[in-house]
Amino acid sequence: MKILVLAETDGGRVSEKSLPAIAFAQQKSPEAFTVLAIGDNLQCIETLTGYGAQAVLTVNHPALAKPLAERYAPVVAHYARQLGADAIVATTTTFSRDVLARVAGLLDAPMLSDIIALEQTDGKLVAKRPIYSANLIGTFEVEGSPVVMTVRGPAWGKPEPKGADSPVQTAEAPADIPTRSEWVRLQGGGGGRPDLTQARVVVSGGRPLKDPETFEKYIGGLADALGGAVGATRAAVDAGIAPNELQVGQTGKTVAPELYIAVAVSGSVQHLAGMKDSKVIVAINTDPEAPIFQVADYGLVADLYQVLPELTELLKNSKG
Amino acid sequence: MKILVSVKRVPDPYAKISPNASGTDINRDGLQMAVNPFDEIALEEAIRLKEAGKATEVVAVSIGSAEAQEQLRTALAMGADRAILVQTDDPLDAPSVAKILAAVYQREQPNLMLMGKQAIDMDENQVGQMLAAILDLPQATFASKITVENGTATVERETDNGIETVQVPLPAIITADLRLNEPRYVALTGIVRARSKPLETLTPADLGVQPRARVRLTQVEAPPARKAGKRVSDVHELVRLLREEARVI
Ligand SMILES: Cc1cc2nc3c(=O)[nH]c(=O)nc-3n(C[C@H](O)[C@H](O)[C@H](O)COP(=O)(O)OP(=O)(O)OC[C@H]3O[C@@H](n4cnc5c(N)ncnc54)[C@H](O)[C@@H]3O)c2cc1C
Ligand SMILES: Nc1ncnc2c1ncn2[C@@H]1O[C@H](COP(=O)(O)O)[C@@H](O)[C@H]1O
Repeated sequence: MKILVLAETDGGRVSEKSLPAIAFAQQKSPEAFTVLAIGDNLQCIETLTGYGAQAVLTVNHPALAKPLAERYAPVVAHYARQLGADAIVATTTTFSRDVLARVAGLLDAPMLSDIIALEQTDGKLVAKRPIYSANLIGTFEVEGSPVVMTVRGPAWGKPEPKGADSPVQTAEAPADIPTRSEWVRLQGGGGGRPDLTQARVVVSGGRPLKDPETFEKYIGGLADALGGAVGATRAAVDAGIAPNELQVGQTGKTVAPELYIAVAVSGSVQHLAGMKDSKVIVAINTDPEAPIFQVADYGLVADLYQVLPELTELLKNSKG
Repeated sequence: MKILVSVKRVPDPYAKISPNASGTDINRDGLQMAVNPFDEIALEEAIRLKEAGKATEVVAVSIGSAEAQEQLRTALAMGADRAILVQTDDPLDAPSVAKILAAVYQREQPNLMLMGKQAIDMDENQVGQMLAAILDLPQATFASKITVENGTATVERETDNGIETVQVPLPAIITADLRLNEPRYVALTGIVRARSKPLETLTPADLGVQPRARVRLTQVEAPPARKAGKRVSDVHELVRLLREEARVI
């Protein structure tokens, strides 16, 4: 199977979010995978070169300075055709969902979203992926080639470092990039904390955190004591307590850190869909019947306002 | 301006879902069905554009079994002007749905197509982008705010990195995220009025499309359950267990 991995880029930089897709390619096609990175004046290419790819293709063009699917999809489709790729793969993110499903449309290719396992039996691909808000796991058979896939980050983890660096090759952008969609601006992001999908520890807060200041003080404070990232429920985001990019769940991000601490989170199926594969789950909730306790390794029935300051202090002091 | 909105029939988002006895599909006995929540949001947005005088007609389309008429009636009760059911009992995958929707789009020639970002049964999040590729139209996915002015839509999109704003000339495909709006409750008068609104039934063949699913669901199983955890009595015990037993801090 020849795999083309689309690297996650924000126009200027290559991000580590691509690594699970590279881990997937290493496992499924150790001899023949190529990585494609699209942008303008791309930085951090070395993020991609140490993992045994045949080549890392970089396409730089001013029209590709921002990650617009309408512009990126034809570039991916072009190189998928040129390489004769059997699979076109990226880690599941909003970037890859936006671009790769359009690539599938351009190539008239079948697509599998967010897969957690893949086998090849009698020339047929058989994949597993969460369905119904990750309440169930579905097995899917796929015919045809190429197949477009996004892979669920936590299921594939990190690639193995390989000795020699992959050659970086400059590739031309196709001549006719459509430019109808225009990028205007990006608000949010940053904040100095580790990326939610990469962090070793995630502390999430729910609707009872009242307002952005309270959320930042309690949830942000605990996360910082652990060097972790901050997450939120949809209810907290909807109430304007936390920014949208922190939402964990069916329609937000999928995370599987070593430690997930859910504070005043009821544990709806939609929230669990995004975090129940975490290694260790801690729940702090006033309601002993809250569904979050059914997935928690350690449950503390308590008022967050009473216990969080002490917990944060304990962890801060113990680090030093 | 005419707006086309796609509407999928899916299990109610709060229904308990379990595999059937043979593990080939979910157990559908007595399962409450609903309009896909993201499609309800797309439809609400279309109706608001009509109420604001920016759109003149809202057409809802669904693909699936005859029962999807129920969801189209809900769409009409919410405020869609007419509905189209492309009736088929054949298994569909995202490219087949996109091809059928493309044919409906060609027939209706709307100025804007609004749809959900994902159907909450298979959670694929593919059809909108595929449809945009097939029709060679601009796309704005995961919309949390849409402003239409002078033939251009300015769309705020929910991305992993924050809220991104893009501009797309119409016609375009826009897919709705959860925070775009809060759909209205359907009033009784709307339900009564919906009965007399037109609901047309077509087949894929009528549209000149012969869909063949290349992705097929063969097995459904429950994910491995987490084992029951412990209750701790205070933060000191919690920290001690995280350090000594779980060894994660
Ligand atoms: C289609 C769809 C998609 C969705 N996608 C997502 C998603 O991606 N992510 C997501 O999170 N949700 C999602 N939801 C929403 C989800 O169903 C829940 O409504 C939401 O997760 C609830 O958030 P919450 O736990 O913050 O609030 P609540 O359910 O209100 O829970 C608050 C909890 O805090 C506890 N509590 C109250 N006060 C305190 C205190 N002082 N100290 C400690 N505990 C306290 C309460 O006992 C309760 O358990 C989706 C819903 C739909 C329909
Ligand atoms: N059978 C269907 N009938 C009508 N619309 C559909 C159907 N399947 C998918 N869609 C539309 O495509 C969107 C994305 O679905 P999906 O890519 O399947 O997650 C949904 O929100 C619907 O608007």
